[in-house]
Amino acid sequence: MSAQAVELPRRRSLGTPTIGSGLALGYISVIVLIPLAALVAKGAAGGWHHFWQVAWNPEARAALELTFMLAGGVVAINAVTGTALAWTLVRDDFPGKRVVNAIIDLPFALPTIVAGLTLLALYGPTGGVGVNVAYTRWGVLMALLFVTLPFVVRTVQPTLLELDREMEEAAASLGAGRFTTFRRIIFPHVLPALLSGVALAFARAIGEFGAVILIAGNLPFKTEVASLYVFEHINSDDPSGASALAVLMLVVSLVVLLGIGALRRLATRHDR
Amino acid sequence: MTARRGIRVFSLGYLAVILIAPVALIFWRAFEHGLHPFWLAISNPTAVHALKLTLEVAIVAVPANTVFGILCALAIVRHRIPGMGLVNAFVDLPLALSPVVVGLALYLLYGRGGWFGGLPFHVLFALPSMVLATIFVSLPFVVREVVPVLREIGTQQEEAAATLGSSALTTFRRITLPAIRWAVAYGVVLTMARSLGEFGAVSIVSGGIAGRTQVLTQYVQASYENFDQTGAYAASVLLAALAIVTLLAMTVVRHGDRSA
Repeated sequence: MSAQAVELPRRRSLGTPTIGSGLALGYISVIVLIPLAALVAKGAAGGWHHFWQVAWNPEARAALELTFMLAGGVVAINAVTGTALAWTLVRDDFPGKRVVNAIIDLPFALPTIVAGLTLLALYGPTGGVGVNVAYTRWGVLMALLFVTLPFVVRTVQPTLLELDREMEEAAASLGAGRFTTFRRIIFPHVLPALLSGVALAFARAIGEFGAVILIAGNLPFKTEVASLYVFEHINSDDPSGASALAVLMLVVSLVVLLGIGALRRLATRHDR
Repeated sequence: MTARRGIRVFSLGYLAVILIAPVALIFWRAFEHGLHPFWLAISNPTAVHALKLTLEVAIVAVPANTVFGILCALAIVRHRIPGMGLVNAFVDLPLALSPVVVGLALYLLYGRGGWFGGLPFHVLFALPSMVLATIFVSLPFVVREVVPVLREIGTQQEEAAATLGSSALTTFRRITLPAIRWAVAYGVVLTMARSLGEFGAVSIVSGGIAGRTQVLTQYVQASYENFDQTGAYAASVLLAALAIVTLLAMTVVRHGDRSA
């Protein structure tokens, strides 16, 4: 009886939940779920055997191998540079620090095609710095590093901010060297954030398209990453070939998202 | 202290090589012969049409994702109806998914022989599919900003308002909206930036016909590939300037949030 009296206003205060939630569900379905279902249906249309035949041809395999190799490089480099940048922004002090802090977000705001063009302008055939990364794997790697730069910085930075500087000083006063302090105090503290940062960078590197298209050109087996393979196969009217690889990319994205979700739950449980 | 300086030089050097120097260079390239060539490049009819089309797409996509983004956030945090877990799981997906996959999914759905391929008006290679692609890729931003704030404020005030006889709409307008307004503003800025800059998904569904279905990012690509570097740099600088405005707006909104 009393429970009902408490429940009544609550239900009213939430308005008309079914209409609002139904609209939200409908929106997600029309925008995201139905198109992706159409993609999966196309990929699965010929059955498993056909799917593997299309997804595992030499050109597709080369594209996948290159994509994973580059994404691995992106993860390794970002883990180091992203942590160093976050540390510099939190612990160091230098003129222009606030501007640098704002510039970190530029790759999030800058259109990816512009990112690729800026790299070509400086490191391309007419750049004038003595290198030419156009149509090379190094160029593609640079483009991926450009667009993934903020991820690790922005996930690690807040955890460094909340880490007590006194802990580091205490470790140092007890005779720990700089490396030991980093390994025993800083690294374990930032590890979950670092992992979700590199996971996001990995997912981005697997799927990036705009930043790499101008730099990579159209060279199968050499600079053709998975997204370019999909694009070229749509253009050459091979939607089932494009779909097979696109479905694999979708699976990778879902796995990465699930992994990040699991990391987040692990981190909050750890806090408690 | 030398280790600190070493890390500073290393990390800022990396930032300069990967990000700052290349972006600074295209500004210099666009203006190295003065304002006139820049103006000529940016005022040609194809470029102007591309800019207009970019804005048209954003004008539909941003409000749609704002209204439905708030609805999705409310649904995720407050209402437990069957299927809500699905919304929660898929709302982040566009952040981790290749725009090419998004474009292909829409291409298959609305294309020849697709489930929605027989609609009585043009979707593919026309404005509707470009808007749908842009909405897809910029969907998570408002939701992701609003969800944590809704979790934090709880439902006590809303319940109090309801007990005092206020309708659901009034409660939302007077209690919920003021609490989430900075989060919404931040999300809208990010949605806007992503909408103006989207390239991959749109270029698959639009066909990219110059002067008809070509947005500004596609104009950059087409100009560069047609050896019109001045045109490519000029349009890029315009897009980069928009990105910098976005960064400033993000800083302002973050500041407003802190002082609120």
